Amino acid sequence: MLAEANTMRPERARPADTLVSIEGLKMHFPVYKGVLRRKVGAVQAVDGLSFDIMRGETLGLVGESGCGKSTTGRAILGLYRPTAGKVHFGGEDVAAIEGERLRRLRPKMQMIFQDPQASLNPRMTVGSIVAEPLVEHQVAKAGERRARVRELLDQVGLNPDYVNRYPHEFSGGQRQRIGIARALALDPDFIVCDEPIAALDVSIQAQVVNLLQDLQHRLGLTYLFISHDLSMVRHIADRVAVMYLGKMVELADVDALFSKPKHPYTRALLSAVPVPDPKIEADRRRILLKGDLPDAANPPKGCRFCTRCPEAVAQCFDVEPEWRDLEGGRKVACHLAN
Amino acid sequence: MTDAAVAALPATASRPPRSQWRDVWNQFKTHRGALVGAAVFLIIVLLVFAGPFAWPYSAELIDIRARNQGPSLGHPLGTDQLGRDMLARVMAGGKVSLAVGITAMALAVTFGTTIGVLAGYFRRLDNILMRFTDLFLALPLLPLLLVMVMLFRERLASTFGPAMGIFLLIVVSIGLTAWMQTARVVRSAVLAVKQQEFVLAAKSIGTRERRIVLRHILPNVLSPIMVSATLGIATAIITESALSFLGLGFPPDFPTWGRLLYDAVDYLQQHPERVLWPGMAISLTVLSVNYVGDGLRDAMDPRIRGR
Repeated sequence: MLAEANTMRPERARPADTLVSIEGLKMHFPVYKGVLRRKVGAVQAVDGLSFDIMRGETLGLVGESGCGKSTTGRAILGLYRPTAGKVHFGGEDVAAIEGERLRRLRPKMQMIFQDPQASLNPRMTVGSIVAEPLVEHQVAKAGERRARVRELLDQVGLNPDYVNRYPHEFSGGQRQRIGIARALALDPDFIVCDEPIAALDVSIQAQVVNLLQDLQHRLGLTYLFISHDLSMVRHIADRVAVMYLGKMVELADVDALFSKPKHPYTRALLSAVPVPDPKIEADRRRILLKGDLPDAANPPKGCRFCTRCPEAVAQCFDVEPEWRDLEGGRKVACHLAN
Repeated sequence: MTDAAVAALPATASRPPRSQWRDVWNQFKTHRGALVGAAVFLIIVLLVFAGPFAWPYSAELIDIRARNQGPSLGHPLGTDQLGRDMLARVMAGGKVSLAVGITAMALAVTFGTTIGVLAGYFRRLDNILMRFTDLFLALPLLPLLLVMVMLFRERLASTFGPAMGIFLLIVVSIGLTAWMQTARVVRSAVLAVKQQEFVLAAKSIGTRERRIVLRHILPNVLSPIMVSATLGIATAIITESALSFLGLGFPPDFPTWGRLLYDAVDYLQQHPERVLWPGMAISLTVLSVNYVGDGLRDAMDPRIRGR
């Protein structure tokens, strides 16, 4: 039944292996001030992102806190209404449609949340949480639904007899598995993983990441994996995109990015990753960025990174670097990179 | 873990989800205060509704020779200044007071919750609904009630009969003037709940707004609703007595707890026990309802339930 819904989807003329295509995505949150609540500006949480997500890949999205990673993920799923830009998915522009049309697209794109405690309704049993997508999209009758819920719980490594328990009775890792089961319920093509391991113990993180990888191989899923844990992204992602202050600064295959970072910000970010080898670790030179992340409501002129960039030249303070292609399918936004 | 699951699968695959109301009842039973409260409340309801059939005296029977008696075997609660049996009057008064209290509370809580949830959840409605609530809060309630009663009493009495007409009028006017606190408390609770990730998760699933409100928001703001409901019964009973006292509630010969209380105030020095009976009845009702509400609130929260 689910497979049928899958084939019904109209496909637009677009490279066959591109699943999601984002063009100039902007998400500005207005700032109101004063007695009259006049709009005085906007927090430019996401400001002009363009990238593609290939079918079956894991695209890692990294950056420091507040750089707009989560906002990007939510805007792609149509949970926020973008200020500008297009998100092509399943033959529709997610950013432009709403209501019932968007709802029909929902089964194909799902989300796994950061905080497994907060993302599960404390007053619902695990069974009804996992069954909610099935109920909402009326894909099965009550009996089949129960069987499907048990199958899903089994799939994520939970005992199917837990259906009648409540979220608070589980550990953090188990709760995240419940969240994953819910995301899988409708057989999605694309899952946005919004820091799915950030709230978990280190010992559990590997389990959850391995589960995600395992599910990807079995079900042919495509992930947008948002994280600030660079080693985890290196482990799971095929390609990695680096964000800074609402803009993407670099996008490359995982090996290329980690071995030859082109953007100074990527270099600084990577230099912060500890190496599990005392000899190399002793020689590791950290690039320490000076200053704080600028205010997203009032970003610097020119390159957004110019205020903290150790390599900035005069041009960087005036001209915004364009998002250009380098050899090997990489993209970078820096005047100096080649 | 998975092996055990597979082994257990065939045996329990067809088992339906367990009943949540059974869990609620099991937890409710462990709350001693709530059980006592429920028992007391049931006894009051039973006395008030079944009592008059078993008691020989009627609430309206005037026996002027037996007036102003203290408690005795024949009249356990004594008689009033016209010789009417106090027990019969307390029972008859309770019927009206309980009915008014519960119905008016239900009306106020339903209305207040609706307004609160709409204002909290839908940003566009927030401002207009909360200003509407402020408007009602700013109104002087007693004069408003008086005007409402003056305006509509005759018309309603002629349509529904004198007793039913005045009952409807009082319930509706109390309900319409007591919902504001609930609305504000519920709104603030909704504002907190709707920021939680599970609401976003429901949206990402494609759950319709109406279902999000009913399935995710409402159950999570149950506690403040429960508290206002239990307090609302007390307020409604007391407002009704104030109206009766001002002569704009039920007719003077129609006993309610509030009416009895105010009638007895004149004889406070000679016969203090006469204030005590309706006063105790009101307090006991309110107290027992509060305990029941407390127990229900705990019983409906799965996080507390397991403990």
